[in-house]
Parts: sequence; C-alpha cells; structure tokens
Amino acid sequence: MKFTLNWLKDHLDTDASLEAIVEKLSLIGLEVEGVENKADELKAFKTAKVIEAVQHPNADRLRVCQVQSDEGISQVVCGAPNARTGMIGVFAPVGSYVPGIDLTLKAGNLRGEDSNGMLVSEREMGLSDEHDGIIDLPEGTEVGVLIAEVLGLDDPIIEIAITPNRGDCLGVRGVARDLAAAGMGTLKPLKVEKIEGSFDSSINWKADAAVADDVPYVAGRYFRNLKNGPSPKWLQERLLAIGLRPISTLVDITNYVSFDLGRPLHVFDADKISGNLTMRYAKEGEEFLALDEETYKLSDTMVVIGDDNGAQGLGGVMGGLETGCSDDTTNMFLEVALFDPISVAMTGRKSGILSDARYRFERTVDSQSADWGVDVATQMVLDLCGGEVSNITSAGAIPIEKRTIDLRPSRIEDLCGVAVSKEKQIEILSILGFEVSEKGDLISAVVPSWRPDVELEACLVEEILRIYGYENIPEIQMAPASYLPQGVLTLVQRRVSNARTALCWRGLDEAVTFSFVSAAQADLFGSVPDSLRVANPISTDLDTMRPSILPTLVAAAARNTDRGYADNALFEVGPQYKDDTAKGQQQMATGLRSGNIAERHWESASRVVDVFDAKGDALAALSAAGAPVENLQVFTSAPPYFHPGRSGVLGLGPKNVLAAFGELHPRVLEAMDIKGPVVAFEVFLDNIPQPKVKKGESGKIKPALELSPFQSVDRDFAFLVDDSVEAGKLVRAVKGADKSLITDVVLFDIYKGKGVEDGQKSLAITVTLQPRDKTLTDEEIEAVSQKVIAQAMKATGGTLRR
Amino acid sequence: MDNLEELRSALLQRVEEASDLEALDTVRVQALGKKGEITQHMKTLGSLAPEERKEAGQAFNLIKQAVAEAIEVRKTTLHEAALEARLAEEKVDVSLPGRPSTIGKLHPISQTLEELVAIFGEMGFSVAEGQHIEDDFHNFTALNIPPEHPARQEFDTFYMPEKEDGSRPVLRTHTSPVQIRSMQNTTLPIRIIAPGRTFRADHDATHSPMFHQVEGLVIDEKTNMGHLKGVLIEFCRAFFGVQDLPLRFRPSYFPFTEPSAEVDIGCSRSGGQLKIGGGDDWLEILGSGMVHPKVLENCGIDSTKYQGFAFGMGIERIAMLKYGIPDLRTFYDSDLRWMKHYGFLPMEMPSMVRGL
Repeated sequence: MKFTLNWLKDHLDTDASLEAIVEKLSLIGLEVEGVENKADELKAFKTAKVIEAVQHPNADRLRVCQVQSDEGISQVVCGAPNARTGMIGVFAPVGSYVPGIDLTLKAGNLRGEDSNGMLVSEREMGLSDEHDGIIDLPEGTEVGVLIAEVLGLDDPIIEIAITPNRGDCLGVRGVARDLAAAGMGTLKPLKVEKIEGSFDSSINWKADAAVADDVPYVAGRYFRNLKNGPSPKWLQERLLAIGLRPISTLVDITNYVSFDLGRPLHVFDADKISGNLTMRYAKEGEEFLALDEETYKLSDTMVVIGDDNGAQGLGGVMGGLETGCSDDTTNMFLEVALFDPISVAMTGRKSGILSDARYRFERTVDSQSADWGVDVATQMVLDLCGGEVSNITSAGAIPIEKRTIDLRPSRIEDLCGVAVSKEKQIEILSILGFEVSEKGDLISAVVPSWRPDVELEACLVEEILRIYGYENIPEIQMAPASYLPQGVLTLVQRRVSNARTALCWRGLDEAVTFSFVSAAQADLFGSVPDSLRVANPISTDLDTMRPSILPTLVAAAARNTDRGYADNALFEVGPQYKDDTAKGQQQMATGLRSGNIAERHWESASRVVDVFDAKGDALAALSAAGAPVENLQVFTSAPPYFHPGRSGVLGLGPKNVLAAFGELHPRVLEAMDIKGPVVAFEVFLDNIPQPKVKKGESGKIKPALELSPFQSVDRDFAFLVDDSVEAGKLVRAVKGADKSLITDVVLFDIYKGKGVEDGQKSLAITVTLQPRDKTLTDEEIEAVSQKVIAQAMKATGGTLRR
Repeated sequence: MDNLEELRSALLQRVEEASDLEALDTVRVQALGKKGEITQHMKTLGSLAPEERKEAGQAFNLIKQAVAEAIEVRKTTLHEAALEARLAEEKVDVSLPGRPSTIGKLHPISQTLEELVAIFGEMGFSVAEGQHIEDDFHNFTALNIPPEHPARQEFDTFYMPEKEDGSRPVLRTHTSPVQIRSMQNTTLPIRIIAPGRTFRADHDATHSPMFHQVEGLVIDEKTNMGHLKGVLIEFCRAFFGVQDLPLRFRPSYFPFTEPSAEVDIGCSRSGGQLKIGGGDDWLEILGSGMVHPKVLENCGIDSTKYQGFAFGMGIERIAMLKYGIPDLRTFYDSDLRWMKHYGFLPMEMPSMVRGL
C-alpha cells in the first residue's frame, strides 16, 4: 500500500514530520517498507531560462547556450535538438549529481567553448526513459524553482505492508485513523453529501436469490451527458506517485477512491450495456473477456455481473473489456457492491486474476462503504466530468449486524504486563471508531463496520496495546522452574546428537539435504507408496518423500566429484519416510564414502574406500547412540541397493535390524551417474533399544571393575578353513570355548596363497586368557588351547594350521 | 719403579687412544681385567718382601684407580660423541607433512540448533519434535486458519495425495503442529521449543522449499507479553553474542496469536556490510504473540484460565546472520568446500556456561 504525505494529510490534520509519521506507522503495526522522496534526489535541479542558444562554431550538433538561473548566467554547451532561445528548461549547475547518468558535473570545455553545467532531459534526472530532448517547460514558468516542485514530485511517497487482517488500511483514510489514534494528529471528517438524482436509471440492478450470501448488496447510478478524457493534473500525479497509470477521468476516479477510502468501484459505459445488470453465478464454462484483454473460462461458483449479452464483470475481481469506459464515454453506470471475501478469494484463485479490487474484497471491505461509496463517487464524477445523475438503484441489503465486545480493563495488564488506565483504553478505542460505553467494571465496545477482524476481547487488547505502544511493555524475566537448569533433552534426542558428533569424529562431514527427491531416484532405494508422492511438487526433481537419505547423499557426492572433489565422507542425521504416518517417519543416521579413504600422503599409502569403512562408521554411530554393539550379529541380508556380496546388516537378531552397510550396487551408482565404489551405511536410530532404568535410580551407575592381579596370557592360533567360512563364526566359537578364561579373541590375519590349498584360507587369531584366582600353569594353558582348537574345528570344519 | 710409571702412562695413553666404546672396553679388559696387565703385575707381588709388597701394592692400586678413572672419563666422552653421531645420522626433514587425521564438521543448522537448545534449556524449555506429514487440522485449522482464510495462501503449502476419506495431508508449513500436539497431549504448564524441518512451495534466492524453524511455546496461568519480551531479549543477546543488542517489538498479525508482535534487532548496513547490533537500522527476525484464545480452545485448554506466548523463527536465517553465511541455497548443496568452511568441529558443543 502506497500513498504520499500530502494525500495522508487530506485525512489527517497533523504537524508531525515525515520521520515521526514513518516511525509511528511501524510501531502501530503498519510496517513501513520504504519512503521515497524525489525532492531529495532532485534538489540540485532548478528551472532556468535559455536566454540565447547559438550554433557551436566547431560542432554541427552542438549549441552554445546562455542559461539564466537563480544564481546568474552560465554558458552551457548542449547537444539537444530542442535547445532554443527563450525556452524554460531544467538546469544542473557544476558540482551537482545527475542520477540518470551517474555523474557529478565538472566545468568543462567542448571543442573550444566553455560549458558550466547541463540542461537535462527526464532520463538524465532519472525520471523516465524520455531522452528525445531536454525538458521543455511551459512558457511563463518561473526561473529558479526546484524542479520537484514544478513537476509535483515534492511529495514523499510512503509504502507500508498491510497484514491480511487490516483491509481497512488499504485506503489512506484507514491509515490516517490509526495515526490519529496514536497521537499523530486528528482525523478530518469525511465530506459525504447525499446528492439527489434527477431521473430514474434506465439500467437497474437485479440479483439472483442464490447469490445473496456472496453478494449481499449492490447499488448503482446512471450518469448522463458527462465528459470523460484525461483526469486533472493533481489526480494523475497521485496515481503516478503510487505506481498507477492514469487512463481516463472515470477510470482514475475508481482507482483513486479504491486507494483513498478502500472502496472499490466499477464504471460501465452505459451505452454498451444491454438491458439490466444482474448479479448471478456464472454458467459452467461461460466465457468472459476481462479488462486485461484475456478471456477466462468461468465456473459455476463464480459471481458475475451479467447483462442481456452475457458476463460483463467478474464479481469483485475485474470488469469486462466490452463494457468498459473509454475517452468517448458520455453515459456511465456506476457499480458499488459488497462481495463476500471468501467468494472473491475463491474466484480470484481459480481465475488467477490479481487486481486491486480482489485484494480489497478478499480482506473485507467496510460494509457501510456500499452506502457512502455511492455518494463519494457521485460527487467526484459530477465534479470532474459534469453531467447529470440518476436516482440510486440497488439490490439486496447492507448487513446491519453489529458486534459488541466486553473488555475487562485489567485484561491489558494480565495479557501484556503493562497497566493502561481505563480512560486511555476508552480513548484509544473511541478514536479507532469503536462506540464505547462503560458497563460496570467493563468497557463495552461496538466494533466499527470497517474492522470485522476484531472478534474477541483479546482483539481489543491488541488494539489498545498497539496504539499505546509495544515499547511500553516491560521486559519481565520468566521465573525459572527450578534453581538449576534441568536436562531438557530426551534420551533419544541425546542419542541422535551423540551419533552426529561421533560421525564427525570419524571424519565424516554433516550434510543437510531435502526430504524430497525425484521419483526415479526414490525408486532406486525402495518402493514408495503413492501416499508419499507430493501432489503439487515445486519440480519433478522434488516430488517424492525420500525412502532413504542415500539418494540425496549420493547426488551430493556426485556433485562434489564433478567439482573435482571425489573423496567424499558425508552423513546426514535426518528423516526417511516409509509411509505418511508419524511412525513412518524414521530417524536415521546415514552416510557414505567415495573415492579414497584419506588424502595422498608421502609416507602412508592411500586406499580406495571399502565396505569395512562403512561397517566401522555404522558401529561408531551405533555405539555413540547407545546400541549394545557387543551383542550385535552380522547378517548378509542388506537391502537390494547394496552390492549383494559386499554388504550386511547389524542386528540383535535377523528381524531386529539396527543398521545396514556395504558397497552400493553398481546399478544404482550408474543410474545416479557416479563412479564407484561408494560405500554407505544406514543406522535406524529409532530401533536402538532403550536401557531399562529402575524407578528412583539415575541409571548412571556402572558395574564394578574387576582387575585381576594375575598376568594375562596371549596365545596365537591359525586355522585352515574352507574359503566360504565366515571369520565371525570362528571368533564366536573360540570366545565360547572357555568363557571364564577367554576375555578377548582378535582376528589378526587372513592368508591365502602359497602353503594354503586352493579353496581354503588361513585365519589367525590371538586369544587372551585372563586368570582370576592364580597364575596359569603350562598344563592349564595347554588344556584351554585344546578346547579352543576343538571348538574352532567343530564350528568351522577346519584344521589347526601347523 | 720407573717401569711402574711407564706402565701407568702407557695404559693411560691407550685409554686416551680408544676410538670408540668397544675399543675402550678392550683397553679396560687388557688393563684391569682378570688377565689384564695390572692384575698380572699384582700377581707377581707375592714374591716380594712384605714391606715392598705393601708399597708396590699401593702403587699398583693407584695406577689401577687412575686408569679406571681415565676409562670413565673417556667413556663419557665417547658416549657423547656416539650420541652426537647418532643424532646427526637420524636427522629428518621436519618440513614434511605430519601424519594426517581427519575430522568432519557439523552442519551450521545442527550447531545453531544446539545453541538454541543450550540457551532455551537454561530457561527451562524442553525440546519437542513431530511428524513432517501433517493433517489439515494440526497445521491450519487448530491454529485458527480456517480453509478460506487469506493467510492460508501465504503459506505456499505442499499437499500430499487426497486420502479415501477426502482429507488431504500436507507437509507441515511450520512447526506449529508440534505446539498443537503438545497442548493436546501434555499436562500444563508447558514450556517447549519445537525445532525442525518445514516445507513451503517456494524456491528462489531467499526461499527454499525445505527449511528449518524453531518455535517456542509457554502456557500457564500468568505468562504475559512482558515475559515474551524478556525471554526474546535474553535469547537474542545470548545467541548473537551482543550484550546491548537493541530489540524492537512491533504489532503484527498472525492468525494464531492475539496480540501479535514482530521482533526486529538493531543492525547497521553501512558500506553494504550487515552488522548485528548498534547502528540505526532494524532487521526483522521473528514473529510472536500471545496464543490466540481460539487456539487454546481448539486444543482443549480453558482460555479463561490459561494463557501464554508463542514465537517462531527461521533457523537458517539466524545462522546466516550470526555466522555471515551469504546464501540460503548453499545450506542444502553439501559442497565439501562449504561444509569445511562453514561447518563446526564436533567438540564445539554449545553450552551457556562454556560460552556460545
């Protein structure tokens, strides 16, 4: 919403400065988005007379001008074809800044003639693209006057943002009323006079009974023998200032009243209307040629204004092209209507038409303006276009329902922490237009017709407080719930945070990627139910809720590779979606590595990432998130987007999976256009069991540490086993050989080749024996060794390697 | 006894001439060993008269002592020399790179989230989270945004396919549904922040179809706008690390709060550089207000007895302002160079007592 300072002063009697008004506007909820003061930008430019313009002796296209300004006579060399003796132009002296060419003028010499300053065009002043010649002002224009004044540009333009509840401030008068309430002056009375008609209109308003809810009331008047054409200068200047193009007096009047009073109007060329005008619903598929010269197909929920020939207006949204006014219009029919905000919003949204009328009706127009709007428009048309006006024709009735709200004066302090006297509360509400009376301790306020947004007591509190000033609300410290701050994260939230930190320590960088991916990418990582396809995606690349975080991470790794950074180690802790329920949203810690595991180093060889990097990452995340990693088993049942021979899952059982890891399937990588290998892991944070903590216990206590005073003993064994035997099986079997003595089993070598038969491999392990009550004798060690060998052979079918 | 003197100087000379520890040890054995020269000489003393024997014995002992001392001195010298030689030989080029270790960086969104938790945690707010695919009631209707409300259009909502019962889930446009669910399911009083992913169908230089929000909610019997002001001033000053950061509360409109306020922080924009704090300009950073009575009633809370405030802000936005990150879109691009530059080391876990 834009207006000028002088326009505001039409409604507001005030001595306040522009700065004070601008600051106050923001503080009462009418946020100032910008102030433009052309006079400031143009203060170097004044009118001047060219007392002589002669041909430049050395240049065909230049003239040497003697320019009379308020500061004396200056010689200026000018290239404009229209520079001539006796003209009044605009002069920029030496030292002034010319915005249109971004130049500060210096004294110069052009082909032997001194030039001190410049006669400027509109483009050079930054006013328009006009550059056919220098500005040529009417004869008799005084010399030495600021150009901003001459052009009517010395009126600062203020732009404010209007929140959706404040339709009343989509007219300058509403803004003035708020400022008056906030002590910035007084609201001038609106001059509205009832003007009697001198004849009956030949066009009458009709309304289908069905539209009564959507168009409660419409009024109109017939104007005859008027004269349209360009509107007066003051009106054009105001419209131009707020960015509207002047069209003709009648059209300009509708725009002016819309912005001045927030009352949209429409004017028909009466001679182009056939029969009466009717408010009705459109027929499904009915066509309408609108003022924007587009043809719209209408639906049967849209209100149209129709005559005998069809739709001539789309209710509250836009008029029709065929019945619009032109410069030749001599007879005009005025429409002043009330439309239901929701109906206009729906029509507007369906048709896609944006208009100032729609914008206002959607935000609710003052219902009483359907009455005084007729008078205001009549006065203006008669004043500017002459002619005679008919009696008023109307259909329906203006709603007279008034809302009364009771306010407990103490409520301001209850809700806002600031005490405002009852008198002040009454004063504020009164200036805002509420009819206020006292009812015992209560303030009883009748809501004005232009404030349908005020619905309850809390709304009155806001009205009073915003005018009283939010700056008067005290800062109050919230009483702490306890002396020390309490732990505010749940166990799960802490685990998520820990998993994230652990993965950083592992050398992975944290990414945050979109929750949606393309359907093609999603399909690579599992089947997606239709309920997870976004109905109105912003692009087809982002139309499916991701079934895994991997597609966005792989895409990120591919982008980095294309940039020349192929060694990726990325993770994200975030959601993936199994279905559209709360449970279907799974909290994941997912990551990948590509390229080499470490940067090249002079002393240690780099290597390509492999599945065991991903397994290590998964275990690190699981461990940090509190999973019982000691008890986890590995199964080879990873999802199909992993390499079938280089992947696995970690779980407490085959059905209770906590993580998957492995190399990504080459087919997936090919589809995602990234060179492999890429290894990845997915940790299901939600699946990690919660520890059982007994009531009344902190759950922090650790089991006692048992430190044996007796030296532990390490024994190495190597077993020849079939190539297909899983090493994990051997380790598990050996661990179980003597649970009281064996505290650790570490696989330290896998060997195939010379000395080992084809189809076999040698697995070497170190077994740690920890006696607890005495030092082990050689015989005891030998006995345990035999158990180890027996268990290993039994579990793996292998033999001890000698 | 001339030959004694000769023996002495001969032995001492040999000690002096020993070129390394090994040679010195040979000299020691030759001189002082069981079969060494002095020992051999001393063995001959038995044939002497007791007086002479005593005298000669003493003389040999003196030589023995002198040689032993000389050997010790020589040993130290040689040891030093050997160490010097070893050190010279062991010299390496220390300009070579050290053995690398890699550590990843936390995303600025995570870091900012942890900072929010640290600050609001101190003020007794716990953290609530919720689902991203929401129903119309929790995302809109309960928040006093009925279907045809003009404010609905401002949300640029993503819709999911219509269900059999005609309802249409949405991707939550704000984290307010978490507040609604908290009010429906939690016992009063409530003091929570609700951070998380939010979605709006808007994509340009300053809008992302997915971004993060944090909202706060306090419901009890007496919390008012003064408390809101106190909490937000405290938060902004702690978060941005500017002690006297000016804040401005302006009336605004949100369907779910009444009265509503937008909050600006003081800044300066001189030279095209945005600086938080001081200055003569304002920068809008969050929306807030007293929870609308209709919202309370929609959640089954008696609005004549309970009241409270709510606020909300964009996590990316405050992170960009605090850390000088210029472009919103880069947050989701996972460019390794960006992550290394704008990311945070995992040991920088924010805490009020350690400093943010």
